[in-house]
Amino acid sequence: MEMAATAEAVREAQETPRHAPHKKLVIMAWSGDLDKIWPTLILGTTGAAMGMETTIFFTFWGLFPLVRDDVRITGDNWMQKLLSTMDRPGLEHVKLGKMNFAGAGPAMMRKLAKEHHVASPEELVALAKDLGVKLVPCQMTMDLLGLHADDLIDGLEPPAGATTALVEAQDAITLFV
Amino acid sequence: MSTTIAETLDMKGFACPLPITKAALAMHRIAPGELLEVFATDPGSVPDFDAWCSATGNELVDRSEDEGVFRFVIRKR
Repeated sequence: MEMAATAEAVREAQETPRHAPHKKLVIMAWSGDLDKIWPTLILGTTGAAMGMETTIFFTFWGLFPLVRDDVRITGDNWMQKLLSTMDRPGLEHVKLGKMNFAGAGPAMMRKLAKEHHVASPEELVALAKDLGVKLVPCQMTMDLLGLHADDLIDGLEPPAGATTALVEAQDAITLFV
Repeated sequence: MSTTIAETLDMKGFACPLPITKAALAMHRIAPGELLEVFATDPGSVPDFDAWCSATGNELVDRSEDEGVFRFVIRKR
């Protein structure tokens, strides 16, 4: 009886496709740096392309790239406004984590990407929406930075909190970028 | 089982993740059992299409290379 159960388990394990244990991908996008948000979007779109239910939670500095590029200053009070002038929101304006050189680094990176036909972060956001990736802004960060729904790009999920993120993450591959 | 190509995707010149992600979108447009043909020049697409097929259950029916252009034929699961 026990032998039969073991044999059954072995057979099942052998027949189980490699992808079976993880059908979900959750990425906590904490950084707003171009060289972090870019691979986040590459992994997110690829996860969805593999049939994984993919969710990206944008929190802290990770939320600024979701601000519409035409919104210059965000926030309700002087501190929030000052933060947004020191670190301009919008995907078009994200900086490199290193070698930023007042924007020369990102400009070169984007030029190289174009030459090598690497999809831009903007193209990847559009692709993520097409593939059904859930893009979730963190409600607490929105409150902290004074961001409102109309400051953010279209096509996002309703803002949510840490509980939603962790419930989603329970049976998922989870990355913190 | 169909042996004619239902859709062809030209991903020549495009880097990761576009060949795979665009192939995944194309899969939504064709029916199970139908064939998708993808042309790509990214050498990384060779292991990536293997991995993608094993993860999704789609079948890599044929793969060939002609002067740096890879051709993948994938049957939708």
